[in-house]
Amino acid sequence: MNNANIPPASIKAIIIDDEPLARMIVREYLGAYPEVTIVQECSDGFEGIKAIQQHHPDLIFLDIQMPKINGFEMLELVEEPPAVIFTTAFDEYAIRAFENHAVDYLLKPFNKERFDKALRKWMEKRPAAAQSTGSHTGAGSSARDGSEANRHHDADSEARPPAGSTEALLETAAQSPAQQHRIVVKTGGKIKIIPLEDIHFLEAADDYVKIHTHQGAFLKNRTMSFFEHALDPTQFVRTHRSYILNIQQVTRIDPYEKDSHLCILQSGAQVPVSKAGYVKLKAVLGL
Amino acid sequence: MAKAPLATGKFLLIFISWWAIWAFLQVSLLIGFGLAPTTALSDSLVSNTLVALCCGFISNNMQYYLPKKERYWYILFISLGLSGIILLACKAILVPLLGAKAGFIDYGQFFSRSWAVRYDIVFLQVGCMSILSVLWYASEEEQENRQRRNDAERLSKEAELFKLRQQLAPHFLFNSLNSISALIGSQPEQARKMIQQLSDFLRGNLKKEDQQWVPLSEELQYLELYLDIEKVRFGHRLSTEVSCEEDCLGLRLPPMLLQPIVENAIKFGLYDTTDAVTITIRARKIEGGYVRIDVVNPFDPETSRPKKGTGFGLTSIQRRLYLLFARPDLLETHVENDLFTTTVKIPQQIQQSPQSPQSSQSPQSPQSPQSQQLP
Repeated sequence: MNNANIPPASIKAIIIDDEPLARMIVREYLGAYPEVTIVQECSDGFEGIKAIQQHHPDLIFLDIQMPKINGFEMLELVEEPPAVIFTTAFDEYAIRAFENHAVDYLLKPFNKERFDKALRKWMEKRPAAAQSTGSHTGAGSSARDGSEANRHHDADSEARPPAGSTEALLETAAQSPAQQHRIVVKTGGKIKIIPLEDIHFLEAADDYVKIHTHQGAFLKNRTMSFFEHALDPTQFVRTHRSYILNIQQVTRIDPYEKDSHLCILQSGAQVPVSKAGYVKLKAVLGL
Repeated sequence: MAKAPLATGKFLLIFISWWAIWAFLQVSLLIGFGLAPTTALSDSLVSNTLVALCCGFISNNMQYYLPKKERYWYILFISLGLSGIILLACKAILVPLLGAKAGFIDYGQFFSRSWAVRYDIVFLQVGCMSILSVLWYASEEEQENRQRRNDAERLSKEAELFKLRQQLAPHFLFNSLNSISALIGSQPEQARKMIQQLSDFLRGNLKKEDQQWVPLSEELQYLELYLDIEKVRFGHRLSTEVSCEEDCLGLRLPPMLLQPIVENAIKFGLYDTTDAVTITIRARKIEGGYVRIDVVNPFDPETSRPKKGTGFGLTSIQRRLYLLFARPDLLETHVENDLFTTTVKIPQQIQQSPQSPQSSQSPQSPQSPQSQQLP
């Protein structure tokens, strides 16, 4: 769909789901909201990322279980993630962890009432800036004028930046069992999926973490403590403030200066081990 | 609690026979030493009765107290002590009873001179009985333990099998319901058809839990039902090829065994890919009385990497096959280019009639009959 045809003030939405019928039902329910324009429908996460970068939507409807990369991984790779409503058959227990972070989640199958509730909840919480542009068309449209003022009021008091909430969402998502076996990175516009067993070690690099693998190093916009918590502690040990290593790769641990050690990996890389890191490493290796 | 050895008829009979033999031998021996036949008989009866009572006492009481292995030397002391008591009792009864009678030999003196031999014999008898009792009870206990272990193993095996059969993916169910919900608005006829398919599928799933081995034809029909539902969900993207040689249709296999294999193929072949895919299922009979089923699915090498060995999520099927047939080699996987093939071989039981379900195997024999009939 062409970006230029969309009135600038309307709400732009993208539906990302690998099942055509699942996209169809969201489209059908959205038919009742003339202010919402579906700018694109995507059937996997790669398409989703491209579409988000191209259209900068206000809202996405996102399935979690999808081919190539799942919904959480896709969100991780989007630089300024839009507001998200998850549409998923994930069982309630698994998704409840995200309740506080996402706008809402819709458990498949969901009915129109539930869908409306989720959409209204988001509309009420939209940041004031976005709301004010939205209300220009809203005012012209019809019987929605009355509630528009209320919504505006709510938005001022409850406004919160969607980016911040998405950040917290990703932290939670990374700890879900679904994605504990790989890390998804973007390198030169391409998406690369790194299985955890391919990782040699992680190194802090300013605002990024450098992931060293046998295919080279990749940067990921996360913190060391994020990975320290997300990765399996029996496989990955933070041996130093700036280093996390995969214990499968360790070949030798040599003493180095006072109180510190050097870990030699299969690749030949030398990873510093601090005093506290050495204690942790010994515990994990069972020494 | 183990049964006392003397409480079983056979052992009581042996015990009484032994007693009679001992008593007879003692009478002959005493006559040989020059005692009067009546004196010898009384002596033998009294002392052997006391020994028999004592043996009965020991074997009965070990029911309640069995010395631990490292305390078996207790038995020695108990036997020594009891023998002493028996001998004292003999003297107390026999000397006043028989000493008064006149004979060639003074009985009192005779008893005093023979006490060491008597003690030896009584100690041997009592000692033997103690050791026999200990062995008896220890073996009974061992047998009970083994029985208990077998029971526990069987129960956990049944529970595990049940659990392994049970794993119907909830994703599948809810996503299918969502597809139906989407179809209701635009294509109600199609929605109704899918409800029918889903119901048949679920009914089959429920029915199979209490059913044992099922014919291959039925299982394949059921899989096609499952694949048809997936075709509605994923539209034109999925196509399937199911082929089965004519002579295989009647062969039997455990229920819900192919289902997870096909689910696995769908998971990696369909859910994790974006292109059009073909899932192939082939069944044929192979030598040695097996039915061989191949399930082929494409996979995306970029996102999923089949591991060596069983690969993907097939470990539960491997486990189930092991529990059923006690063999680890019935499930194999094979990767060629972007195609992943799962091969499963099901041994056919020649003697198994269609009505004899596999459940009849487990309670009595810890080894399944299938594994015993394998070539």
